[in-house]
Amino acid sequence: MGVGIDVEHLNAWYGQTHTLQDINVKLPANHATALIGPSGCGKSTFVRCLNRMHETNPIARATGVVKMGGIDIYKDAEPVQIRRRVGMVFQRPNPFPTMSIYDNVASGLKLNGFRNKKVLDETVERSLKSAALWEEVKDDLKKKSGASLSGGQQQRMCIARALAVDPEVLLMDEPASALDPVSTSKIEDLIFQLKSQYTIVIVTHNMQQAARVAENTGFFLNGKMVEFDSTHKIFTNPKDKRTEDYITGRFG
Amino acid sequence: MNTSALHTPPPGRDDGPLHPGLNMNSRWIRINRARRYAANHLVTVLAIASTVVVILPLIAILAYLLFMGAHSLNLNFFTKIPAPVGEQGGGMANAIAGSGIVLAIASVLGIPIGIAAGVYLAEFGRGRMLAAAVRFTADVLNGVPSIVMGIAAYSLVVVKQGHFSALAGGVALAVMMVPTITRTTEEMLATVPNAIREAALGLGVPKWRTVLSVSLKTASPGIITGCMLAFARVAGETAPLLFTAFGNQFWSFKLNEPIAALPLQIYVYAISPYDEWHRLAWAGSLVLIVLIMVSVTLVRIYAARGMMKGAS
Repeated sequence: MGVGIDVEHLNAWYGQTHTLQDINVKLPANHATALIGPSGCGKSTFVRCLNRMHETNPIARATGVVKMGGIDIYKDAEPVQIRRRVGMVFQRPNPFPTMSIYDNVASGLKLNGFRNKKVLDETVERSLKSAALWEEVKDDLKKKSGASLSGGQQQRMCIARALAVDPEVLLMDEPASALDPVSTSKIEDLIFQLKSQYTIVIVTHNMQQAARVAENTGFFLNGKMVEFDSTHKIFTNPKDKRTEDYITGRFG
Repeated sequence: MNTSALHTPPPGRDDGPLHPGLNMNSRWIRINRARRYAANHLVTVLAIASTVVVILPLIAILAYLLFMGAHSLNLNFFTKIPAPVGEQGGGMANAIAGSGIVLAIASVLGIPIGIAAGVYLAEFGRGRMLAAAVRFTADVLNGVPSIVMGIAAYSLVVVKQGHFSALAGGVALAVMMVPTITRTTEEMLATVPNAIREAALGLGVPKWRTVLSVSLKTASPGIITGCMLAFARVAGETAPLLFTAFGNQFWSFKLNEPIAALPLQIYVYAISPYDEWHRLAWAGSLVLIVLIMVSVTLVRIYAARGMMKGAS
């Protein structure tokens, strides 16, 4: 089951650039939250702060409190532990090119030293089914390289890979932006199904996509979260003038 | 935008009336097409010629070695130790075995250190002073003449031990292998997309495991090639062995004693005044180059097979 995420006074820097400025928001459990805003506004950085991927860049740092299920991920846990509980799907599909489909999906468990073959088999099947890819690949799980699939299939495999470690939160950084419309709609259907079991945070440039999949939407601008509300309200009756300008296409 | 502007000929050329849309038969396009065909063929021919120029010396050397050495090759060459001057027969069996031993020592020492240093440069040392220093040192080391490496190994190992040894030869060759392997490993790791590292880190895989099972594994074909290049390069080295492995004329498998090596034996025989020894030196050169080619090819085939398991 998913957990809620409470963010308090989150600040992040890349070198001298203050990319996130005092973010305060509560993301409810088992809901999908969309993050919208123009390029470079900090939404990707925000998502990367939620699983401490931000700090893998040597010049990056972050301060503040991010609570997941009661624990502060910056104080009470190691990055590695957090990332096992918070899955991440990236903008471009990033399969491990040397691994088969099976090994790609099982990689989170295998690379962490898990070896029980029966459990691995079950996990791979369950994850691929959750990612709506099982039927398409079940006959060449170990025969084909993960990189030999189409772009849309690769991205669903990456989602299956993230689900295989049984996370509570799923972060998606523009998961469909490199895909064609058919693959995009498959990913959106998937998000719709997955949000009953996981807390999903999705960054998107596509406002229709935000409207389709997310209950809540946050609007970022210049490193600040300008507005956070139910998706319906953001798109029909935004409080802030800047939000309205952005969603009506007046800038950005 | 005025579409006809796209098809306006350069000033000074008259193509007659301009048509909207692309007229493939306009004079300007016809001239251009002929020029592009000519350029295309010219560059293709140049590329093929360059390839031939690159491959030709290898073929020429191999052919000449076959011509000069093949007729002196027989079973004795591979099974007998050198015979005294004036006696017929005799071979280089001890030198072949000695080369194998010295190269094994060099690989066991040089490959792990070289790869580890390359991993440090690519995965852990980005933007650090120490990494810049290591990189610079590796580049300088790469350009150091092999005889100097031999002197270094002489003063570090031979003088300390008090005698020549297979070990000293192995150390000298290992030091020569390290910079090549370090730089190739670094370059190959740099070609691994960061997205793949992030994929592993994002799954909660620790950094060391990511480097080992994802970065290194993805880059392994290139790294193996680099190791093989370094191996092939030192396999033919004579100078560093002159005052380390030293050479001998009899069977020896002790790492702590002087040992024969193929390049050394070729060197000694080639500068001798005896025709019989000259013939054996030619045969030895042929065997050396064939052994290097065979071992490099075998490793690459084996490595390629290992790769097939995961990839398609």
